[in-house]
Amino acid sequence: MSDVVEKTLTALPSLLSLDSQPGSGKLSSTSKLGNLIRGITELTSKHEEEKLIQRELSSIKEQVASPNTSMRQMKELMVRAIYCEMLGYEASFSYIHAIKLAQQGTVLEKRVGYLAVSLFLNESHELLLLLVNTVLKDLQSTNLIEVCMALTVVSQMFPKDMIPAILPLVEEKLTHPKEIIRRKAVLALYKFYLIAPNQVQHIHNKFRKALCDKDPGVMTASLHIYLQMIKENPEGYKDLTASFVTILKQVVGGKLPMDFNYHSVPAPWLQIQLLRILSLLGKDDQSTSEMMYEVLDESLRRAEMNHNITYAILYECVKSIYTIHPKAELLEKAAKCIGNFVLSPKINLKYLGLKALTYVVQQDANLALQHQLTIIECLDHSDLVIKRETLELLFRITNAQNVTVIVEKMLEFLRLSKDDYTTIDLVGKVAELAEKYAPDNEWFIETMNTVFSLGGDMMQPDIPNSFLRLLSEGFDSTEEDRQLRLFAVDSYVSLLQGEPGRLPQRFLQVISWVLGEYSHLREGLEPATTLRLLAKLLDMKHTSSETKSWVLLAMSKLCEGPDCVSLAQELSERHGGSLDTVLRQRVQELRHLSEDAELRASVLPRDAAQEPLEVDSSLSFLDGFVSEALSAGAAPYKPPHQRQEELAQAKALSLEPYGLSLPISMSSCSLADRQSPTLLSMSSGLSGNSTDLSHKGGSTTLKLDGVKRVWGKDGYLAQKEPVEESAQVEVPSPLCSPSRQGGADSTHSQTPTPTPTPEPEKEKQQLASSLFVGLGSQSSVCLMGKSEQTPQRFRRKAKGQGSSSGASEQISNSHYSTQSTVDNLLCNNLLDSTVTSDLAVSTPEQTPQLSQEVATTNGTCDAEQDLIEETDPGNSPSLIRANSTVTADPPAHKDPDRPKDSCLSSHLPAELAGLSHSEIIPLCSSQNLDLSACHVQKEDALLLVIFIENSSDSDIEQMLLQTESDELEVSCVTDSPVEAVRSLSVSVYQYSLMVKRPAAHVALAGTASYQLPSGESQVMQFSYRLPLTSFIRPLCVSTEEYGTLWLAFSQDTKQNLALLNDGQDPLTATLDVLKNKLQLHVVDIIGAEGIVACRLLQGQPCLMHCRVHAGSLAVWLRSPVPDLPDCLLYHCQRALQEH
Amino acid sequence: GMRFLLLFSRQGRLRLQKWFTPTPEREKKKIIRDMTTMVLARKPRSCNFLHWRDLKIVYKRYASLYFCLALEDQDNELLALEILHRYVELLDKYFGNVCELDIIFNFEKAYFILDEFLMGGEIQETSKQIVNRSIEASDMLQETMEEYMSKPAF
Repeated sequence: MSDVVEKTLTALPSLLSLDSQPGSGKLSSTSKLGNLIRGITELTSKHEEEKLIQRELSSIKEQVASPNTSMRQMKELMVRAIYCEMLGYEASFSYIHAIKLAQQGTVLEKRVGYLAVSLFLNESHELLLLLVNTVLKDLQSTNLIEVCMALTVVSQMFPKDMIPAILPLVEEKLTHPKEIIRRKAVLALYKFYLIAPNQVQHIHNKFRKALCDKDPGVMTASLHIYLQMIKENPEGYKDLTASFVTILKQVVGGKLPMDFNYHSVPAPWLQIQLLRILSLLGKDDQSTSEMMYEVLDESLRRAEMNHNITYAILYECVKSIYTIHPKAELLEKAAKCIGNFVLSPKINLKYLGLKALTYVVQQDANLALQHQLTIIECLDHSDLVIKRETLELLFRITNAQNVTVIVEKMLEFLRLSKDDYTTIDLVGKVAELAEKYAPDNEWFIETMNTVFSLGGDMMQPDIPNSFLRLLSEGFDSTEEDRQLRLFAVDSYVSLLQGEPGRLPQRFLQVISWVLGEYSHLREGLEPATTLRLLAKLLDMKHTSSETKSWVLLAMSKLCEGPDCVSLAQELSERHGGSLDTVLRQRVQELRHLSEDAELRASVLPRDAAQEPLEVDSSLSFLDGFVSEALSAGAAPYKPPHQRQEELAQAKALSLEPYGLSLPISMSSCSLADRQSPTLLSMSSGLSGNSTDLSHKGGSTTLKLDGVKRVWGKDGYLAQKEPVEESAQVEVPSPLCSPSRQGGADSTHSQTPTPTPTPEPEKEKQQLASSLFVGLGSQSSVCLMGKSEQTPQRFRRKAKGQGSSSGASEQISNSHYSTQSTVDNLLCNNLLDSTVTSDLAVSTPEQTPQLSQEVATTNGTCDAEQDLIEETDPGNSPSLIRANSTVTADPPAHKDPDRPKDSCLSSHLPAELAGLSHSEIIPLCSSQNLDLSACHVQKEDALLLVIFIENSSDSDIEQMLLQTESDELEVSCVTDSPVEAVRSLSVSVYQYSLMVKRPAAHVALAGTASYQLPSGESQVMQFSYRLPLTSFIRPLCVSTEEYGTLWLAFSQDTKQNLALLNDGQDPLTATLDVLKNKLQLHVVDIIGAEGIVACRLLQGQPCLMHCRVHAGSLAVWLRSPVPDLPDCLLYHCQRALQEH
Repeated sequence: GMRFLLLFSRQGRLRLQKWFTPTPEREKKKIIRDMTTMVLARKPRSCNFLHWRDLKIVYKRYASLYFCLALEDQDNELLALEILHRYVELLDKYFGNVCELDIIFNFEKAYFILDEFLMGGEIQETSKQIVNRSIEASDMLQETMEEYMSKPAF
């Protein structure tokens, strides 16, 4: 068939003027449309065409307006109008006539009318409202053709708000005796489901009926809806798996009527739809997957490679097999199938083969190894599409060993690509790889330079942001930091000395910032030199004013010395009169700061980039101003969403009169769903909602609206993980099986770039070895660049860990993550029995393997045993007794960690002894001293207890502990800080902690300085970290108070959380877990919604609103404190995951 | 689901456009421009699949006419190619050895056939026989054909 078509079509161009050829007989040479079309083809210039069409349009316009024009003529006019629009000329005058034609014409005219409407008008066009009545009438027509047309048009462009008006009629058609009507009705409902899912929720059981329809066409149509619903909630449809499998079996087995065959393949569209549904159902679900293995195998077997359509089925099969719970036998067949695709000479199949490889390489990297030579060929393919797809594949297999080659290939492509979307995407990927796997500083900076140059000003803004953050926060080694910064400075100075005019603005901004912060690191680089380089940027024509601000700020940081003062003065003369106020201000600042070094040092301290800025995001300093304005009669501020809601409300009202004219009552839908698909359900559930209880009387209704809309809104922000998490989350994937090829390839490894050799084959081999190094069996488990086999070079410093971790030369230990669970258990046991004197007795044999070596270096318990009487006289007698038992129990001190806890916990001050405390963990130690700490959670406070043990036989003098933290306020509780720690004794310090700035984990850094008997002074550094949850307490408020508070808070965040399914009521079960783990107060549960409140120790509240939606828990947190909602959300997530 | 279907000539002239999701006028113009330049620049024997923003573009040339279909990310490209092919077959069946001129001069018929074949961006009827049967049963195209053949309307 297609051959015939192609041959005929090839003969076409010559037909234009001939009547005798096949096909042309149907052309009406005398028709006006025919004349128009012919007229246009004869024209030579765009200008002439324009003139002709304008003439045509005005003639059409005249005729449509004439009362004498018949519907039949109108139909012909509409066709011409459509043609003009297709050529790109607007014929808006004809829109209303198209609607009229659909309304009043006979069947054939009506059809043209509907077609014109669907081509002319958009879903939101106001004229469409005029069509609603026509559609309603046609849906009720006895003429099947009219019903069909109405259903077709409804699925194309029907105003969303009007769906309720016609929904009952469409629903009715699901039981129509004619299958074509049923099918169209199902598809129309599918369309409704896509644009307004809530409105068709009540007919889900009717969808089931459609699924069981005796006509396979209707059943096929219903699968579109099912695919969509299953995508959103696979759990809800597991019971249908068997049915889908049976249907697929029948289709594959050729049980459908021959009509459904396509090129003798049984119903391929249906097969593919079913395969897609099955893969969604079988994902991460072994038992469901097991139900479908057989039919998948059958599908693979039946789809012999002979036609495009069977390849399509095979491709879908392969994807399913790799998506569901794996079965070795099937995977093997699927892998072979992918192999056939990749090796196929047909380029389309090769492309899909690459895509399939990209898809499966996460599970089976060996597959990529098997096809490495093909992949390399594709990398140099003349078709950019193939090349691009290959890069996508390589991106997935990048690791620390092959990163340079792969990034080089990506950059090569970037230089060729002209497509913005591709550039943005690839630039992001290169930046990601560079940050993750950079082999050295030089490479990193140079790669990022290319990224900034090529990505220009369209790349994602987070790339420069995260680059600068990386540079400023630094890594684990200060020296490394310095090297990297130095390298960046050198690189940028030479760039500025070249042709900075060609660099994108974003890059110039990065350069300015880095030079401003770090150019002082380069010895011999005079500030004046840098200043002059920067000043040059100000004079360039293309420099944007934003960039100029960056440049000037950088200059302000640098201006030092007389040269600079004069330069600053010169600049201020030149730019002081600029029309741009920001620029003028910056220049002024520069001039002032250059003249006053002291002021500059305090305003722009060096190396302060990582100090957090205190931002008062509630703008409280404006309170006075606001209240003054309000009292002067100004209107109160309304947040944008509230204003929008009011606008929508106003609109809804204006539609009301029209609604009344409809045959079907619109009252049910007048309010529904202007803003969001979920509004309907929300507004019905609102009566019980906490937030409206708090507002009585008319004056508050406005605020209420805001809240209403907000609850209904469905879009949630993307998950915001705290920074420190990002470095840790990747888990190596364990799926690699040994391969024959892997070994051979990896032996070539470590040749980062292909060295040119005369033989192209060898070149390819070499490229292969450098690309695929690190994959497969030789290099153990490192699949997927994502897994962290090789340590990440630029591992971000954990947020809030403070400065201590950077100074690795000093004695600093911070073990906060290494305690074993055994430890934990034991600690709890001990807590219960602290007073009853059987401390630590139960432990000796549990960890014999650990004991020996540590016991020698760590004599802590000995120290205590001997000196119990002397330490802490304030402790209760029972504790002393407890310690005596320890003394009497020799094996105790052989156990390295646990007895330590036990021994130390006995030193807890008496008033804390009954409270639960965290595990006691070592902070740092030196020859003489061991520092450990734990925190104790009290109702109204959080106490940090630091134990200092002197294990030497000499006293330690002038003991001084100092702490600092960005996030915490630390105050010493101990009345008179201990100054000396006697030989073999333990001193205890107590600090009370408050949160200054919330973070998921807060930390403090400290130093302990002391003097040895010899007079020598020593310093130790330590840090201590604890989760924010330690500071969270329940906040008991009434529902009404909650509502008032909610409206007052500006910091918010939203997210979907997993809903626990183990209880009767998932919402209650989930909230209970949160309540118990995080000490939240559940204020109220109303239907599918719950409200929860908590506060930080010092009283700042955080509110959480939860709603069950589509199988997950949609939460929305608000607080007056920045970051608090995010942090709490993080812990909620953790708590639910761990549950 | 499908996003849009465009038919255009080798000279880049639009012959048919179908938008399955609401698209602003201005965006349509940009897409049409992008599609024609992208597709026309392809060399013969290249891959029939392209990327455009987050969409997949599947195109195929039949004689002087390019058929160009945009898909969402999850859709099967090979299947889309067959959708185009099936549409050509349907046109062919209706016009009898279809050629570009048939589509130029009778574009509204091409739209009607398309509406019977695809609905709301999904395949409505894959059986050629059934499409024809439903067309004949309702006598829709038949009637226009007769009318058209006997007394040209325009």
